[in-house]
Amino acid sequence: MTDIVELKKVNKVFGTNHVVSDLDLSVKEGEFLTLLGSSGCGKTTTLRMVAGFEEPTSGSIMVEGEAVGNKEPFERNVNTVFQSYALFPHMTIYDNIAYSLKMKKVKKSDIAQRVGEMLEMVQLQGYENRYPTQLSGGQKQRVAIARALINRPRVLLLDEPLGALDMKLRKQMQLELKRLQKKLNITFIYVTHDQEEAMTMSDRIGIMHDGILDQLGTPSEIYEHPATRFVATFIGETNIFDGAIHRINNNMASIDIENGLITGQSDGSFEEGDYIAVSVRPEKMKLSKVQVEGFSLEGVVKDFIYIGSVMKCIVALQNGNEIRMERLAGETLPGIGEKVYPYWDAQSAVLVHTKADTVFKTIENAPLAV
Amino acid sequence: MKKSEHEWKSNGLPALVTVGPVAVILVFLVVLPLMYVAVMSFCSIDSYYNVVYKFTLKNYAQLADPDYIHIYLQSILIALLTTVICVLVAYPFAYLIARTKSRNKNLLYMLVIIPFWTNSLIRIYGWRTFLGTNGWLNNALIKLHIISEPLDMLFNRGTTVLGMVYCLIPFMVLPLYSSFEKLDVNLLEASADLGATKLKTLKEIIIPLTADGIFSGGIMIFIPCLGYFFVSDILGGGNADVIGNLIERQFQSGNNWPLGSALSIILIIITLLLVKAYQKIGGSMESLAL
Repeated sequence: MTDIVELKKVNKVFGTNHVVSDLDLSVKEGEFLTLLGSSGCGKTTTLRMVAGFEEPTSGSIMVEGEAVGNKEPFERNVNTVFQSYALFPHMTIYDNIAYSLKMKKVKKSDIAQRVGEMLEMVQLQGYENRYPTQLSGGQKQRVAIARALINRPRVLLLDEPLGALDMKLRKQMQLELKRLQKKLNITFIYVTHDQEEAMTMSDRIGIMHDGILDQLGTPSEIYEHPATRFVATFIGETNIFDGAIHRINNNMASIDIENGLITGQSDGSFEEGDYIAVSVRPEKMKLSKVQVEGFSLEGVVKDFIYIGSVMKCIVALQNGNEIRMERLAGETLPGIGEKVYPYWDAQSAVLVHTKADTVFKTIENAPLAV
Repeated sequence: MKKSEHEWKSNGLPALVTVGPVAVILVFLVVLPLMYVAVMSFCSIDSYYNVVYKFTLKNYAQLADPDYIHIYLQSILIALLTTVICVLVAYPFAYLIARTKSRNKNLLYMLVIIPFWTNSLIRIYGWRTFLGTNGWLNNALIKLHIISEPLDMLFNRGTTVLGMVYCLIPFMVLPLYSSFEKLDVNLLEASADLGATKLKTLKEIIIPLTADGIFSGGIMIFIPCLGYFFVSDILGGGNADVIGNLIERQFQSGNNWPLGSALSIILIIITLLLVKAYQKIGGSMESLAL
């Protein structure tokens, strides 16, 4: 598969605000790529630069192997679905969908045929003569998609397209979008802040944070092997321990943290004395009644929360920090108030590099031990 | 029966308190004067210029005088020109204000509002000083050796239209500004995204979606133009009279109140017809209230 969209060292600065910094991103033809991040992380700005609504401060953007930096939006072979739908309120649904073909001066009979096909694709036959205000949110969304797709773009950009829909409709539209993307074999670049949405739909996810692309990978890569502390905390639930590597022995790292000593598996990129963060997913956490070798964490069971197939268990450490773990319902578990020793298999822990100041900040903010 | 009576009573008092004062003001300041004008328009004057309260259609018959008809047509021409120029000038300017961010926006806004607050008579006299034979503009042009003889710029239709535009342009900028404020930038981006050039976007999206601003501004300019006698008095010098001049002359120098009233009634009818037409093309009365 070839790269259909390629961003190289792209920067965007608004005033004193560095919104996107040194972004490298390659989007493969036909893939569903999601840019995920909280608001203000630069994901929408990135999308807008590809669409041509914003000009990059520096760097190059290629679409289909051609630099598009200086091209106007109407000269680019990409189309956008806006978060607010941006349907033209003074035009009927038919005219909205036909807009780009009219701009291209396509023959009237051809326009009618293609609009018909589009309406069928998004299941809105019979709505031709309505106006956008007469449609529900979900219907407007479908019109916006049909309008963007009628021109048969190679790349479709979607900016939080489901943001304004309710939960049920959202789930339904997620599947529909995915199905549509597969069927038409168009590259989707999708922007969202909803990690579940990203996980459900994407072939690859790019996680952005403060204008930086933290990690780009498949949903499972990102979940199982987060590359940064931010990615680990952003995707799914996790327990994070900040600390420094005390000793590495045969790739087994023993790590000093505020509450004691823990163990994790190093991938070889770590050295003794490195400041790191250790991420352990709740489902990987284990409990013991006696101390386990390599771990000196000690805590008290604080609460159990029953959520069907699993029990969530909250363990308070000596300094007041809490660990969350998931145990299967039906397992014999210690009672509330009992002393326990949390541990995990060394390979279940993910080690990520951090900077020293993160550690100190974390320590400063941590509640003092009682 | 009793219940509804009770309800009526409980609603009656607040209505009297809230709508009452407004109704009194309207009756004394609008309804009664208008009725007076209407009645007056069917009266006549004797040779001593006293009003004779006896029904006659003489005044209305006099309105068809060719000299008057010439002035009606001239008024409409001046009003039309003024409106068109106001649209052409105010449209890009209002767009600029709406798209400008931060402090400059208030500055631009003030550029429109502050002259608007200044007495228009003074401002129109200002133009006369500026454009006169011995005025600033002529003097400057002579000093710069661009012309040798002063240009005769005053007292024609052109200067009258200029004065009208100058006085009335805020009424076009303000509604257009609010139309542009309501215009979603995403729509313009969507249009560009779908292959429309800037000119196409202007034609297909921006103008249709700001048409209400153009219409309400247009009606607020066209109607006053027919009556702004002081502008044509000062800048037109009798060469660019509008209906307002006719009315003013009958009430002042002509001392013929019945004929002035008949002319006023005609002006009111024209105004009502224009507002009706405005509503017909979908304009809302709310956007006429600045």
